[in-house]
Amino acid sequence: MSAHTEAAEQHHGPPTAHQSSRIDARVLGMFLFIASEAMLFGSFFTAYFFVRVVNPTADAWPPHPFQLPVFVAGVNTAILVTSSFTMHWALQSIKRGNRSGLKAGLALTIAMGLSFLLTQMIEYAHIGFNTGDRAFAGVFFGLTGLHGAHVFIGLTLLTVMAVRAFRGHFTADHHHGVEIAGIYWHFVDIMWIVVYATIYLL
Amino acid sequence: MRNPFRSEAEAYRFLLLTIGAFTLIVAAAFVNRWLGVAVWLLVSAAAVQFYFRQRPELPVRAHVEHVGPEDERRILVIANETLGGESLRALIRQRAEGVSEQVLVVCPALNSPVRHWASDEDGARAQAQARLDACLEALAQAGVQARGEVGDADPLQAIEDALRTFGADEIVISTHPEGHSHWLERGVVSHARERFDATITHVIVEPGL
Repeated sequence: MSAHTEAAEQHHGPPTAHQSSRIDARVLGMFLFIASEAMLFGSFFTAYFFVRVVNPTADAWPPHPFQLPVFVAGVNTAILVTSSFTMHWALQSIKRGNRSGLKAGLALTIAMGLSFLLTQMIEYAHIGFNTGDRAFAGVFFGLTGLHGAHVFIGLTLLTVMAVRAFRGHFTADHHHGVEIAGIYWHFVDIMWIVVYATIYLL
Repeated sequence: MRNPFRSEAEAYRFLLLTIGAFTLIVAAAFVNRWLGVAVWLLVSAAAVQFYFRQRPELPVRAHVEHVGPEDERRILVIANETLGGESLRALIRQRAEGVSEQVLVVCPALNSPVRHWASDEDGARAQAQARLDACLEALAQAGVQARGEVGDADPLQAIEDALRTFGADEIVISTHPEGHSHWLERGVVSHARERFDATITHVIVEPGL
């Protein structure tokens, strides 16, 4: 019996699928997901700009009597941006085979992500208006809440990756799960920069 | 287009660019609102230019070396829908006449872009294999012993893949005439001449023949 026939007989399950795409299917899936997310955020931004353009008091923004905690949100932005740096550090560490760096990077990223969410909840509690208070309040909570939900999803992904990292699942050659979670986390950060700059600063 | 989320490193670079861009936009908007809008437009145009206009570097011209005995002629044929064309078969017969020949026919598994990106190419490969089998049978009846392979959907990539194991003296690319051929529209023949230093022959097969 030839080696080929022997190997074919030992193989169980369906044959390995042909792959034409130059991009890995898992990365392609994440890319398509992010593209759909960008469209979702796009629809919320459309609502925000619509409210802003049609508001008769558009010269003063946010409209009276709303006031946004720009400084607190700025500190929160710094925390989230820093979490992207630690995420990148975690990835770079595992690419060099440094598992301790991966664990520390993921733990710091999760801690900063949690700080961001906690600060946002405190901000909501003290902001002085609620979702039903005029259209501005609706789009403000809609956009920042949508982003907060994404941070929560990102944190869930990172937590799973951290558990796997602490169990020793990742090596310098096999760390695809962390890579995908990292892409998502950077996307969440990018969206926050756009949200913060648009709603709080501009 | 260069995908900004292709990998974590690319996404990180995109994040840094976003931070830089929004710092500029916010700074400009504090000076003057319309200046902020102008900077936003400029930055967006620069990002589009960077991510959409970036072309991959062309591969270096590959040297194709003859492999096998001196008196042997190796012909690599790349064709898809024109595999059954009489002019292609005639050319292969003519080239193989009077010499010891090795003919490798490669049929790219052409697929729709959506199926290609989703790696759903079993159907395309099966169709290519069916066309290839019919062509090899017709060549065998004409007295030409050829072997065949289903290749990459990109004909240039299919040629490059085949050349790795088959040092061809001549590459025959078969297409429909101008106006009917996607390969000619994409400049496959001219690109192949730039990319491979073997003799490249272009055969035109009329549709329906």
